[in-house]
Amino acid sequence: MGFKKIQIILYTILLNAFLLVSASAQSENECFEKVSRGIFKFNQGFDNVILEPVAKAYNKLPEPVKNGTGNFTSNIATLLSIPNHLLQGELRSAGHATGSFLINSTIGILGLGNPAAKLGLEHQKEDLGQTLGSYGVKGGCYFVLPILGPTTLRDSVGMVIDNNYLDAFARVTWHEKEIKSISGSKLDYVGVKTATAVDFRGDNMLNFESLEKNSIDLYAATKSLYLQDRSKKIKNESGADEDAWGDLDK
Amino acid sequence: MKKRLLFLIPLFYLNLNAVTAVTYNSEPKIFIQELVNDAVRSLSDNSLTEEEKNKAIEKIALENVDIKALGLYTLGNIRKELDENTINKYQDLFEKYFLKSLTSRLTDYSSQKFEVFDSEQKSSNYTIVNSKIPESLKSPEIKIDWRIYTKNPQKPLIRDLIVEGLSLARTQKEEFASILNSNNNDVSALINKLQEFISK
Repeated sequence: MGFKKIQIILYTILLNAFLLVSASAQSENECFEKVSRGIFKFNQGFDNVILEPVAKAYNKLPEPVKNGTGNFTSNIATLLSIPNHLLQGELRSAGHATGSFLINSTIGILGLGNPAAKLGLEHQKEDLGQTLGSYGVKGGCYFVLPILGPTTLRDSVGMVIDNNYLDAFARVTWHEKEIKSISGSKLDYVGVKTATAVDFRGDNMLNFESLEKNSIDLYAATKSLYLQDRSKKIKNESGADEDAWGDLDK
Repeated sequence: MKKRLLFLIPLFYLNLNAVTAVTYNSEPKIFIQELVNDAVRSLSDNSLTEEEKNKAIEKIALENVDIKALGLYTLGNIRKELDENTINKYQDLFEKYFLKSLTSRLTDYSSQKFEVFDSEQKSSNYTIVNSKIPESLKSPEIKIDWRIYTKNPQKPLIRDLIVEGLSLARTQKEEFASILNSNNNDVSALINKLQEFISK
């Protein structure tokens, strides 16, 4: 119990510090670019040696197997989206996500199928980084984590809190807490996250190859895409950069 | 439901008859639909060699993409400080870079179906055309928006492609900015990088 209190205090301090930093920071600032570029290279090596070959083998599996894997991991991710929809005050989206999870977990056989989508219950993935972004918290500095990839101060803090408090799946598996007689292990957590990564990598095989081939600074291109993607997810619209285009015609 | 990256449909996977220039409708929505229909038709033409297809792509890009404006946009504000000779040198290299990167992976995306479904006039100069590649067994639906420059209403030009909300021009601009930033805004570093890419 004492440890838990210390943990909460530490998170609060971390969150406050990060709010202070991010309030004045611009999202494109780098915390430690040289280190991040080093980690990025390491991640590329990891991708070349492990993730890409596994994803290539995964892509050879029959379509129903791949679709089932994608549906299964997406369905589990819904558990994190529900509280974040609620924190953003999106009751309708929270309802859709909850309905989607219940239908896919039952009629969809543990989430392998996606019958909820046919009923119009599409859901958008949400996490605490996006929730904080919707509150107006800036990304803060950008950096790259080993294996996990690009992130910002806001998103990494969000990820830690998601994992510890908001994500029911992480609570049951990684933290091995029993909820309503449902239990799991760290291995389950790692297995699902690995499947998510392989499915994502397999889906985007051509895109990764093209990015790598056509970039003259792959690190910067990846950073740009990550930040644009996060901004789009927070605002639920694309960053059009109208000012810069308008400036061009003056 | 799948998380998608989807930012790399190579810029403007468009194509056209390799020999004759085709004039498309000037209404942005129809312009894009006609242009892409032509592209898909040409790319699936088995009588053309890869080289012929690449040439055709280059031709259509030169005629329908505002490469000069794209080059200036991707250079960012530093363009205002450069002399004309440097700008011209950069523009020349940028065009080669653009065409090379455009053609390098194009054929991989040639079998996609494509639907234009809406457009929005942002200003007298810009219209955004909304399109999508419908969901298939192999891939989820992909939304693609086209930024069309309409200052001359009779000759619309493509300035950007926004794939699932991710602007390819903006990505390019930030990539170039990173190179400039790490070289004290010395544009010759960027020019060298472009030369390296072209000569690969």
